[in-house]
Amino acid sequence: MLRLEKRPQPSRLWTYLTPVLAVVLTMLCGGLLFSFLGKDPVLAIRTIFWEPLFSEFAFYYRPQLLVKGAPLVLIAIGLSLGFKAGIWNIGAEGQYIIGALCGAGVALAFYPMEAAFIFPLMVLAGGLGGWAWAMIPAFLKVRFGTNEILVSLMLVYVAEQLLASMSLGLLKNPQGFGFPGSRNLQQYPSAHNAELIAGTGMHWGVVAALIAVIFAYVLLNRHMQGFYIRLTGDAPRAARFAGVSPTRLVLFCLGVSGALAGLAGLFEVAGPSGVVSIDFNAGYGFTAIIVAFLGRLHPVGILMAGGLMALTYVGGDIAQSKLGLPKAAIQLFQGMLLFFLLAVDLTTNYRIRLRRKEAS
Amino acid sequence: MDLSAINPTLLLASLMVAATPLLLAAIGELVVERAGVLNLGVEGMMITGAICGFAIAVNTGSPILGLVAAALGGAVLSLLFAALTQYALANQVASGLALTLFGLGLSALIGQGYQGIKPPSFPKADIPLLSDIPFLGGVLFRHDFVVYLAIALTAVVWWVLKYSRIGLVLRAVGENHDAAHALGYKVVRIRVAAICFGGACAGLGGAYISLIRVPQWTEGMTAGIGWIALALVVFASWKPWRAMLGAYLFGGITVLQLNLQAAGVAIPVEYLAMSPYLITIIVLVIMSADKSRAPAALGRSFHASQ
Amino acid sequence: MKLSKLLATAAVALGMATGAMAEDKTKVGFVFVGPIGDGGWTYEHNKGRLAVEQEFGDKVETVFVESVPEGPDAERVMTQMALEGADLIFTTSFGYMDPTINVAAKFPNVKFEHATGYKRADNVSTYSARFYEGRAIQGHIAGKMTKSNIVGYIGSYPIPEVIRGINSAFSHARKANPDVQFKIVWAYTWFDPAKEAEAAKVLIEQGADIILQHTDSTAPQAAAQEAGNVYTFGQASDMAEYGPKPRISSIIDDWAPYYIARTRAVMDGTWTSTDTWDGIGPGMVGIGEISSEVPADVKAEALALKDAIAKGEYHPFTGPLNKQDGSAWLAAGETADDGTLLGMNFYVEGIEGTIPQ
Repeated sequence: MLRLEKRPQPSRLWTYLTPVLAVVLTMLCGGLLFSFLGKDPVLAIRTIFWEPLFSEFAFYYRPQLLVKGAPLVLIAIGLSLGFKAGIWNIGAEGQYIIGALCGAGVALAFYPMEAAFIFPLMVLAGGLGGWAWAMIPAFLKVRFGTNEILVSLMLVYVAEQLLASMSLGLLKNPQGFGFPGSRNLQQYPSAHNAELIAGTGMHWGVVAALIAVIFAYVLLNRHMQGFYIRLTGDAPRAARFAGVSPTRLVLFCLGVSGALAGLAGLFEVAGPSGVVSIDFNAGYGFTAIIVAFLGRLHPVGILMAGGLMALTYVGGDIAQSKLGLPKAAIQLFQGMLLFFLLAVDLTTNYRIRLRRKEAS
Repeated sequence: MDLSAINPTLLLASLMVAATPLLLAAIGELVVERAGVLNLGVEGMMITGAICGFAIAVNTGSPILGLVAAALGGAVLSLLFAALTQYALANQVASGLALTLFGLGLSALIGQGYQGIKPPSFPKADIPLLSDIPFLGGVLFRHDFVVYLAIALTAVVWWVLKYSRIGLVLRAVGENHDAAHALGYKVVRIRVAAICFGGACAGLGGAYISLIRVPQWTEGMTAGIGWIALALVVFASWKPWRAMLGAYLFGGITVLQLNLQAAGVAIPVEYLAMSPYLITIIVLVIMSADKSRAPAALGRSFHASQ
Repeated sequence: MKLSKLLATAAVALGMATGAMAEDKTKVGFVFVGPIGDGGWTYEHNKGRLAVEQEFGDKVETVFVESVPEGPDAERVMTQMALEGADLIFTTSFGYMDPTINVAAKFPNVKFEHATGYKRADNVSTYSARFYEGRAIQGHIAGKMTKSNIVGYIGSYPIPEVIRGINSAFSHARKANPDVQFKIVWAYTWFDPAKEAEAAKVLIEQGADIILQHTDSTAPQAAAQEAGNVYTFGQASDMAEYGPKPRISSIIDDWAPYYIARTRAVMDGTWTSTDTWDGIGPGMVGIGEISSEVPADVKAEALALKDAIAKGEYHPFTGPLNKQDGSAWLAAGETADDGTLLGMNFYVEGIEGTIPQ
């Protein structure tokens, strides 16, 4: 019989080893899947993991990893603060949409005026929009005790409908021949979140993601609020005795995660995407939840997990076009990776022991 | 505008059909959540059920076998989630999301080659005599048997949860797993069984769409119904009959808005489409004053050594 | 821009490399918005891709990526294809318009073809199909076949493409049957089979005995079959499995001839940037077999209409036609210009209800 025994504290060795183990396991099972589909498994896995980083065209793919990974990291960092404290915001997708709508709304309200203050104002509006959207579950939780998981999830659907309404109505490009979707902010210099150095993929969203990682790291390790967050997550009762106000913590965690998700949406709509359209949200808000867990809710871990997710997206698309792998196989592969990462996580907190049959 | 074009009998009848897949998935998830487990993978299990049912029905020519296969498919997939969350103690939110991703990919792979095929048609069960009752006959008694199955399932789940010992244990596990464990109940085993039941129901709901409601197979055809089912459980405050009411309300809003559109009433469709979610939030707020809140152990992992 | 230069050099270098390596193999890329198994829009584009492979055999290599979100992902996938030596890239969704233009600017030697958009460049063509021509034939058959004089129409989103189809179908249904009425329902989705099924049912319940659809699933056909005496038309693909009843004809997206022609143009070096808006004539819009349920005289009229449109003798939007509010749009004999058609945001006279905004 196998038996689990809780470790007194998480194993350092396994903390570092498990992600590697999970990736190896995924490669093995994924390889089986790919060969089952009639593709060369080694080539397929090489294409997904190696090609974007080191192939002949890596000069293009590496920046793309930043573009794809930045919103994931930015959102996941915000979410991880709450998750650590046991505050579950799973509505980041909605906050991302609202942030984008608010930011783009500001830009389009000023169009075609060119001024230096427009972009900062958009950033402010994006962050505030996401914050406000997250404040709804936060306020309802502290005032009425409603479950924030459910309220924030409900608000995703509301936000999606708002997005459809806006791209078909208020924000529709008046010169777009009646097609849905807004003006392209990439063609509006004052509002464009352009690459800071051409060819690097570095835009303000990437910068913001990096700042967020540092901010979260400092907050969690060097700041009282971070200590409260960790304490509340580990021992809620002790936290209360220590004078932590649960109300303020809920407002803080949801507020920060909402604002960061809103910012991610704003940077995306003003930069890489450019347009508010019906299908603007590409699931970043939900994927970021996975990223947060893959990164073990640790800022640096999240940074790496965001990179890994981005890698499977970029590499997956390359594998589709080069090897003719169906999208479904890539999805399945990503699903496997997550399963394995979640499954082997066990070994950091528990020891697996063989045990002789007991009489019980 | 011509509201007289809306026939209330037919409106209510189609509302019952529209609500069925939602109800099936929601009843399953309700049991899972009552056992203290939050499985966000409903969409993934539904779509897997949809293709399993479709493939088996096409290959065997029997829609009934298809439904059975769908329930099995959903249950098997949910076992993955059970293994992760109950044995490997992984986070339930993340595992559920991963399950949805996995299910969407898996169903698309299985479904290659099933596009553009018409599945064997499903017999309609006009209940003799009853279906001839004016109005009520048309509303209630002229459906396929899955509609009644869903309602029967609701009744059974209600009865089991409320009056049976199994139900009592299930709720105890969902409210306080440590106490339940101390009383000698097999917390993990009960939760795995609940998760399996949820998977089977979700699979059945998916197959209702692919075999009866639409009927055809296309990738991603459940189009978010699994997520609505999740909302529904909350809306119902974890009570089976309220889940049924909610399913009719959620399904009904879609049918009603289409009816109003067809009758020429200019309505803001997006805002109407938001309303079920806003109503759910309001219900949550109202419920907070009430005693019926979420199962206390919802979403928390259990390990005996803790 | 540094990047564009870098990319361009890489592309040129690669173009040379592949040119030297495999002179005879033309690489064609396809970017799809949905899964190839969606049974509708993307499914038909993928059939076009397969037709290209069939036509040119070893001389061509096709690659595709499915379910690509509109936005940065699309841009990346296009760039990736261009980098890997694609000579011609088809981007098959309206939302790919700006990404296509962006990528095309970086790869002047790669040809791009963007479906349903309105922005072009030296190496970017646009193409779209005049589905409204097929709608005219549908409208005619619908007008003749309806007994309740109510025709149901399931729209996706209220955009010019869909509104154009409604107007075309309606004006021809009215010509065939002055008493006909349209009931229009907007599903607000491109793809949600369950919702389409509900929409069809609602329309049937409200008395429609013909259902036209601008959504791609067969859910409405199944609903019609269940209802019994309701007719439908296949959309995007033939949906022949629902014939001869309820499906009595269909509009088929047939991209194969265009894809083959454009690939050949790239091979021959005769490719130029064009704006193609083809209809029944060149075969981009196909009319599926009109089934035995349709009386012979109606079928003959429909086929005559199809021939007239195909030969260019008849334009489905020929005056006299008024707008919904009664104001004049086209004088007798006047035909609509493409600009107005592209941005069509009004109903023609006789349709009830308003376009949601």
